[in-house]
Amino acid sequence: MALLDVRDLSVVFRRRGAEPFTAVDGVGFTVEPGQTVGLVGESGCGKSVTSLAIMGLLPRRGNQVTGEVRFEDTDLLKLRPQDLRDRRGRDIGMIFQDPLSSLNPVIPLGLQVAEVLERHQGKTRQAALRQAGGLLDAVGIPDPARRLKEFPHQLSGGMRQRALIAIALACKPRLLIADEPTTALDVTIQAQILALLKELVDQSGTALVMITHDLGVVAGLCDTVNVLYAGKVVERAGRHDLFADPRHPYTHGLLQSVPRLDVDRGGRLHQIRGSVSDNIPWPEGCAFAPRCDRVIDDCVGATVPLEPTRRDGALRCTNPVPQEVPA
Amino acid sequence: MSDVLVEIDDLKVHFPIKSGLLFDRTIAHVLAVDGVSLKIARGETYGLVGESGCGKSTLGRGLLRLVEPTHGRIIVDGTDVRALQGEQMRLFRRRIQMVFQDPMSSLDPRQSVESLLVEGLKAHDMHRDKAAVRQRLRSTLDSVGLPASTLNKYPHEFSGGQRQRIGIARALILGPELIVADEPVSALDVSIQAQVVNLLGDLQESLGLTYLVIAHDLAVVRHISDTIGVMYLGALVEEADGDRLYQRPLHPYTRALLSAVPIPDPWTEDRRERILLAGDLPSPVNPPSGCRFRTRCPWSQPRCAEDRPELRVFDDSGQRVACHFAEQIHSGELRMHEVHTELVRPAQGSAPDVGSGLIQTRNDLP
Ligand SMILES: Nc1ncnc2c1ncn2[C@@H]1O[C@H](COP(=O)(O)OP(=O)(O)O)[C@@H](O)[C@H]1O
Ligand SMILES: Nc1ncnc2c1ncn2[C@@H]1O[C@H](COP(=O)(O)OP(=O)(O)O)[C@@H](O)[C@H]1O
Ligand code: SF4
Ligand code: SF4
Ligand SMILES: [Mg+2]
Ligand SMILES: [Mg+2]
Repeated sequence: MALLDVRDLSVVFRRRGAEPFTAVDGVGFTVEPGQTVGLVGESGCGKSVTSLAIMGLLPRRGNQVTGEVRFEDTDLLKLRPQDLRDRRGRDIGMIFQDPLSSLNPVIPLGLQVAEVLERHQGKTRQAALRQAGGLLDAVGIPDPARRLKEFPHQLSGGMRQRALIAIALACKPRLLIADEPTTALDVTIQAQILALLKELVDQSGTALVMITHDLGVVAGLCDTVNVLYAGKVVERAGRHDLFADPRHPYTHGLLQSVPRLDVDRGGRLHQIRGSVSDNIPWPEGCAFAPRCDRVIDDCVGATVPLEPTRRDGALRCTNPVPQEVPA
Repeated sequence: MSDVLVEIDDLKVHFPIKSGLLFDRTIAHVLAVDGVSLKIARGETYGLVGESGCGKSTLGRGLLRLVEPTHGRIIVDGTDVRALQGEQMRLFRRRIQMVFQDPMSSLDPRQSVESLLVEGLKAHDMHRDKAAVRQRLRSTLDSVGLPASTLNKYPHEFSGGQRQRIGIARALILGPELIVADEPVSALDVSIQAQVVNLLGDLQESLGLTYLVIAHDLAVVRHISDTIGVMYLGALVEEADGDRLYQRPLHPYTRALLSAVPIPDPWTEDRRERILLAGDLPSPVNPPSGCRFRTRCPWSQPRCAEDRPELRVFDDSGQRVACHFAEQIHSGELRMHEVHTELVRPAQGSAPDVGSGLIQTRNDLP
């Protein structure tokens, strides 16, 4: 059975005086125990809202969340706030792009880690603090015994992100959700953090949902990748299949438009015309249609369904990029 | 390099840190740029890469004297830029223009695109002939792929990609020879990034522009640059043409940097060897003695703490590297060793990354 099974998840924002806006539109995916699943797409496609909805962290007012978020046997969307909070620290950890806003600026790091252990594992303060030192050490923070007494602002961005990972992993959660955890970091620090995440996931068997706009990060890390556009999953495939043979015109276009470090200085990059924001509110039918080279009559008007593919993935497109036939 | 447009020699930009209590007392300096020498050939693209806080933006601004350099020479097309004064400098500035990460974020939202573009012309007294101005505005917008109707609109009405086109139009309208582009595509999504990268390429071809492109994204820089300079903590550590730099990175920092960039190809990612650097960029207030990279260098030797390596020509290819042991590392004679992580305090003197906000930029001149 899947560890996490997200079904038909939708989030509609309603503001007075504004049209309701569907930021997440029927998103579904599963995460098996120990698996790393990617959610990728450009900004505004609904990645963060999806993860916040899964965790029950969206603001109480102004939005409507529908669908199911099954974690093992429980639908998280149906839990009472208090039970959900309990599950969050114990079974599901989360890390965000900006560690500073997720850490408490006036509480020493050690105490922040220890509190999680006290709350969810019933440890005494002393035992929790001792274990906190071990956790900071495990995530590669130098001289951890001293760092316990320090405050978040005394650490660099990379070290803060390590501290946040230590907190998220304190209770050995079975699922970790990481929303752009390295986007604010320099590339050499990003490499450190990704290596750390990979190591921790391998060692502990924690499942990981990796949210990123960076196709390179996905290529090195994820077992399965979900490509999002306009709040919908438009393509899902194993990482090798997705990169070898992208079928959705959006995925295909994205992969062609990234400049690659391992390709010689080149002429023009492939362009996708227009932009996401030009097309809000999303058109009926395929939201990518105004930017798509392969658009046909069937793409506009009626909703294009997400259909399973032969390679154990899924595709939402009436006129997909032809499959590459192995020579 | 036959036709050199820009020559920078031993450029330094040091920012004083004032004491909080006694405002006039300087207690230390941020050595943001500390002895950079480079040449940019006419019509080429020079790409400057390095982690945030290493001094890329300060170098770009120092070149335009938007921040006043502390030391060094800047020669542009035979003119000693630092010797220019007042009116001369103002006139000279027309020939070098800058493109920023988000050109609109600093602008008055009530100013229309037209008034924004005309502003530059006014400063150079090029706005009097109304018909000529009209023509110039249209042709400039056309060259960046925007319709003439853009003129009557306001910044907030545009998406990120379109705003960057307007920023480029603003730089182009005065007909510059050199464009310094500071992270021109960093704020843009991949699909939009490709549009702007292509536009910069097209403009270079049609107008014969020379570019200094500053970016932290190595893949972007490799795609557009003829020559790449790698900066670390205020200094150039390596310089080569892009293909050579990728195939034969000589400096340990370049090797680590290249190995850290994710490549959107699972097979490549599975096979790659990574050089993971320990710790963070040290503070530019008290950079390490000798080689500035030594606190994170997996090949460092005792000598590295004593002598600061000069940027020197490595071989006939013209590749330049600032490492005492480049030959031995390249041949494999010197092996990697463990590096102990040193903690770097963000609050020490100045945060490594202040963003562009903190850099004092002179807005009185276009
Ligand atoms: N609290 C909110 N109220 C209204 N709209 C929101 C809110 N949060 C996010 N959105 C909108 O939902 C869409 C998806 O946002 P997000 O999930 O943050 O995108 P991503 O993380 O993929 O960049 C965006 O158009 C965003 O403006
Ligand atoms: N006006 C300023 N006053 C003091 N320090 C500054 C100023 N501008 C930049 N710095 C410092 O100079 C260093 C280099 O900054 P910058 O040129 O912006 O780097 P980069 O563009 O490579 O990220 C950083 O440590 C930064 O904090
Ligand atoms: S459904 Fe049609 S418009 Fe949408 S991506 Fe597929 S081909 Fe393009
Ligand atoms: S000079 Fe020494 S410390 Fe610096 S890069 Fe070379 S080997 Fe490393
Ligand atoms: Mg997001
Ligand atoms: Mg900068």
